[in-house]
Amino acid sequence: MGFLEISNVTKSYGSTEVLHRVDIAVEEGEFLVLVGPSGCGKSTLLNMIAGLEEISSGDISINGRVMNGVHPAQRNIAMVFQSYALYPNMTVGQNITFGLEMHGVPRAERAAALADVAKLLQIETLLERKPGQLSGGQRQRVAMGRALVRNPDVFLFDEPLSNLDAKLRVDMRTEIKKLHEKLKTTMVYVTHDQIEALTLSTRIAVMYEGHVQQLGTPKEIYDTPANVFVATFMGSPAMNILPARVVVRDGRAMAQVTTSDGAQTELPFSQQTLTAWEGREILLGLRPEALTDPDGADRKSANIVPLRSRIEVTEAAGSDTFVTTTLGGRDVIARLRADAEATAGDMFDFAVNMEKAVAFDPQSETRIPGA
Amino acid sequence: MPARTPAPDLRSRLQAWIPKLVLSPTIAMMLAFVYGFILYTVYLSFTNSRMLPKYDLIGLENYQKLWGLSAWWTAVGNLAVFALLYISLCIAIGLALAIFLDQKIRGEGLLRPIYLYPMALSFIVTGTAWKWFMDPGIGLENTMHLWGWESFEFGWIKDRDMAIYTIVIAAVWQTSGFVMAMFLAGLRGIDNEILKAAQIDGASNWNLYRRIVIPMLRPAFLSAFVILSHLAVKSYDLVIALTGGGPGRATELPATFMYSYTFTRNQMGVGAASAVIMLMTIAAIMTPYLYAELKEKR
Amino acid sequence: MSHVTQDSTLRTSRANRVLIYLVLLLFALFYLLPFFVMLANSLKPLSEITGGNMLALPRDWTITPWLTAWSSAQIGIEPTGLRPYFLNSILMVVPAVAISTVLGALNGYVLTKWRFRGDTILFGLMMFSCFIPFQIVLIPMATVLGKLGLAGSIPGLVLVHVVYGVGFTTLYYRNYYAAFPTELIRAAMIDGAGFFRIFWRILLPVSGPITVVSVIWQFTNIWNDFLFGASFGGTAQPMTVALNNLVQSSTGVKEYNVHFAGAILAALPTLLVYVVAGRFFVRGLMAGSVKG
Repeated sequence: MGFLEISNVTKSYGSTEVLHRVDIAVEEGEFLVLVGPSGCGKSTLLNMIAGLEEISSGDISINGRVMNGVHPAQRNIAMVFQSYALYPNMTVGQNITFGLEMHGVPRAERAAALADVAKLLQIETLLERKPGQLSGGQRQRVAMGRALVRNPDVFLFDEPLSNLDAKLRVDMRTEIKKLHEKLKTTMVYVTHDQIEALTLSTRIAVMYEGHVQQLGTPKEIYDTPANVFVATFMGSPAMNILPARVVVRDGRAMAQVTTSDGAQTELPFSQQTLTAWEGREILLGLRPEALTDPDGADRKSANIVPLRSRIEVTEAAGSDTFVTTTLGGRDVIARLRADAEATAGDMFDFAVNMEKAVAFDPQSETRIPGA
Repeated sequence: MPARTPAPDLRSRLQAWIPKLVLSPTIAMMLAFVYGFILYTVYLSFTNSRMLPKYDLIGLENYQKLWGLSAWWTAVGNLAVFALLYISLCIAIGLALAIFLDQKIRGEGLLRPIYLYPMALSFIVTGTAWKWFMDPGIGLENTMHLWGWESFEFGWIKDRDMAIYTIVIAAVWQTSGFVMAMFLAGLRGIDNEILKAAQIDGASNWNLYRRIVIPMLRPAFLSAFVILSHLAVKSYDLVIALTGGGPGRATELPATFMYSYTFTRNQMGVGAASAVIMLMTIAAIMTPYLYAELKEKR
Repeated sequence: MSHVTQDSTLRTSRANRVLIYLVLLLFALFYLLPFFVMLANSLKPLSEITGGNMLALPRDWTITPWLTAWSSAQIGIEPTGLRPYFLNSILMVVPAVAISTVLGALNGYVLTKWRFRGDTILFGLMMFSCFIPFQIVLIPMATVLGKLGLAGSIPGLVLVHVVYGVGFTTLYYRNYYAAFPTELIRAAMIDGAGFFRIFWRILLPVSGPITVVSVIWQFTNIWNDFLFGASFGGTAQPMTVALNNLVQSSTGVKEYNVHFAGAILAALPTLLVYVVAGRFFVRGLMAGSVKG
């Protein structure tokens, strides 16, 4: 049994079910990220953990205690909101200690706790200010301080970085990660940003249309996505998905792909299970970094395959150069080294890292087991 | 699927009830004093109540009697004239003043309160002021005579046919500044870039207002119409203070009719029937408006 | 609305601008004139009014009409002046405004932050009740006030004004609180604050502007009410009713100067409020009418 146990939880508004039978068990000290596009149900699930929305069926328990119907204040949780939700009429110090005051903590203890948190977050000089006088990043810190001071069983974060500008967002992301490593408290974090999900989490639940599509470590999610949705949602640029046919040569499964000039190329799979799919259509999944120039290919891979195709567009992005070509009739993006010589309109020799390739069933769009 | 485990704790259950408890005195008052009373008045309108309420139903007799009374027809006719002129004049003056004030006028801060202050005065005070201002003996007519315009005549307030227009003048004076403020708020809410785009498209000022700005003020028009029409139907104080319903019965409105039939002529059943008609008139205007408003805000 | 600085970007010709200023000034005159006439003539002896020009300033300045209106003019049958009625109005307005504002604030809080099934319908019913013609409730109200023993008393008038004013105050607070972020309420819930604590500590400290609006609106409406005062005032008649009795009295010589002084006295509190806090008053009217 997990520290935070979500079992068989559903949420309905009237007759429409918006969250379908969610089962997630979170161990103590884990950092779980709920990620998905807007409307996928991730915030609803977080609010149910917080006790801000009622559970339609199923159970949520924290530290062995079933929390259904328990008031948010009694759950020993703390939450950081997207808008920070700082009380505008109170100073920073009062904002941070309001929860302690409500729980009847004596003044002296409150002051001590405030001092600790202020030091940890380096906001000692801001304590007398009102939220209106703070910058976005400072507000973010105060909101975190308000959560930290409670010393809760579980921290809940509801898209806490989405109101910050790009640079600050990266900085705060690192700080949250550091904080988790220091405190080792269980955290549940909602975001629509797949990079935040991959960098922060110990485990990720990818959600879509009220279903948990996949629950796993960042590496599992990235390398072996459960279905086409997860494959394309996680990672940027998105994983290339192209139609291919499985052929078997000398007992080895190969993906037969049409290149830009209509020629057929065969790419040998590393996974042997695919021989069962001989002669059938599949969807081949290739991450942009698995489709690169020969010098940029992963030297540790035992299965690098050459592929000749015409470049249509090149986009230099500083650290990498992204080029677009056509495979299987679809635009696919390849990630080349920054100084790879690629010119739009030319034929180019790509190197495909087939160790990283995945294959999906075109009907169900789920990953073929073992592939 | 496991059954719903433990019942919510006491505090949570109490918390769930507090909001409804807090709301309940207002709801109770409203149901009793507004909707209960409405039902009661509707019931009375079907009884032969005269000086005191009676509970014997007599069907539609009061309504038949009401629509047979020339005094009621006068009141309804007056309301039609009054409401039409009051609403259209307030909107025309309010819109014109708002558009003019919106042209970067020097002294806007001084003019705006001058236009608005009548709104702070009661209709009784408004009526008192205008009653003497329009009195031929000491008011405007007298002043013009003293200034040498001997043939000037302004005796509407004593004229059966014209007295209703004096009520329109006083009412427009009291409310049009407020309508101006509503339109001004609407104008200030329009995105400047839209105006710039229209000017680049070559629209003249006239076309800019006719084709772009005024159509965008639709919500302000709607609000002004709803508020003015409900004020018109309710108008009572101003008539009492300005003309007392006279000369004769020339400026009687449904509101004054209802009052005199119910409380001084002891025809409570007829009075109740007239109140029901007034309510139905307002409901016909308000209900679609409220419905749209609440649906939007959900 | 005065904080909105955006002006239209139109260019207008010089001739047009002159015309615009002319129209604006003409209307300013239209709005000012009746009040000027009242004020000027309230400071004249009666003979100067009946024999003179109403637009002229007084030749013999006198405050006697004001003193008469305040303390000795014949109201109905008693020569009491308006003073006791002014007091009645104050005694009626203060509690009625206070109670309806407090109820409105709590209602607005519930209707925006503690929503429940059917709350929109209840609010719709409340809003509709703001706009009913009060003639529809006059008969039963008279009966009920009699049964409660409140007929013709100040508590009776307070009750009436609370009942028919709470819809508006609720409307104001609801619109105001609707714009207040619900995340703050959720944060306070997680922090352990209950219903009243959230209201008291989080919402009320930021409710200043709307409270000013609600108080001014209620004050103006209740002070200026005539229908309820005339119907249920009894011996506790408010200022508006007394002024009407003074002006309409058919006995003796019509003392116009006293009537004018009385009218200004009756208008003074709302005018004062308007001068001091007119900007909020306007904003309040907006909140109640224009969307947003």
